[in-house]
Amino acid sequence: MKQCLVVDDSSVIRKVARRILEDMDFEITEAEDGQQALDECRKTMPDAILLDWNMPVMDGLEFLTSLRGEEGGEKPIVVFCTTENDVAHIARAIRAGANEYIMKPFDREIVEAKFQEVGLL
Amino acid sequence: MTPLEFDFLKKYLKDRSGLVLSNDKQYLVESRLLPVARAAKLDTLSALVCALQRGGNRTLENDVVEAMTTNESFFFRDKTPFEHFNDTMLPNLLEARTRTRSLRIWCAAASTGQEPYSLAICLKEAASKVAGWRVRILGTDLSNEVLEKARAGLYSQFEVQRGLPIQLLLKYFEQKGDIWQISPALRSMIEWRRLNLLESFSYLGEFDIIFCRNVLIYFDQATKTEILDRLARSIPDDGYLVLGAAETVVGLSDAFKPVPGRRGLFQRKQTEKASIPAPAPRLAAGLVGAR
Repeated sequence: MKQCLVVDDSSVIRKVARRILEDMDFEITEAEDGQQALDECRKTMPDAILLDWNMPVMDGLEFLTSLRGEEGGEKPIVVFCTTENDVAHIARAIRAGANEYIMKPFDREIVEAKFQEVGLL
Repeated sequence: MTPLEFDFLKKYLKDRSGLVLSNDKQYLVESRLLPVARAAKLDTLSALVCALQRGGNRTLENDVVEAMTTNESFFFRDKTPFEHFNDTMLPNLLEARTRTRSLRIWCAAASTGQEPYSLAICLKEAASKVAGWRVRILGTDLSNEVLEKARAGLYSQFEVQRGLPIQLLLKYFEQKGDIWQISPALRSMIEWRRLNLLESFSYLGEFDIIFCRNVLIYFDQATKTEILDRLARSIPDDGYLVLGAAETVVGLSDAFKPVPGRRGLFQRKQTEKASIPAPAPRLAAGLVGAR
């Protein structure tokens, strides 16, 4: 079973994402901010990460930059999932090593389509 | 809606668009036509049926047909047809057309434009191979409303997130608030026209590739056969027909054969004339004449 780390400071979003991803046969772990996510990755590197941008302590972009510098940190497929929906933000995320990008609000179909896009399904 | 009203709508739609509704589609009719009725200030479907029976309201008639025949569409739908386009159709045709350096592609059920634009993106991504070529895409649909949307190339945030990789969104779209617009370079590659597949389309000429996905399913057997036969006359022997993932020509038309290992892809069966080798002298004369 593939593992997906869901990183979002909103428990509602984490719950919705968990439900969608579990139906897609992922085993889910959760983190509330970038620092927690980094700690999780140091324990077990997941196959996929669904990543919010704006979070307290450490935001999504900082997390991604740190992750890609870690040993084995190039492995997880990272899909941003954020309300930041302008070209500048998207381009920054891609440059920092994001594989895909979901603009909120999202639904099941979008998550499925994007995960398919990056070969996770 | 009474059974009599449903029967009327069934016949009405069959006559005007070829759409065949089975009796279990009452739900579909209600969900699609109630908004049309309300927009026309009619309270119920019965009132809508009455208005259609009275006749004389062209706008309403068109709206009803459009509402029932419009498909949901997204970019790179089903993926494989576009892989076939990149890996099979385009390389083969680029080799076969080196003399004319010209390709014509027709999306026969273009809907809101995602399919023709996906093909335009494929062509842009293959820019080095098609440099100096004249490649034209024609997008047609029964519905003026969807063609207007296709022509404008404006898509919601939801629409651009289904099937379209984020890099391609950045590369080929311009952001206008929450709306994304296909770049002018891609829009200029496509010509849009209203067209009913039940009517003759021979005047459009020949196409190297015809995409006709998920539209034949709406027609009955005889109509499917008739349309396929006419499509065959618009495709050269080395051209391609692309049908939807769940569609086939088997049992419907002798004009096409499946391309082995390429689901949804079909080529014309060689016409008898072409399968008989041309006599050598004529061929030689032709070659001399060409020089």
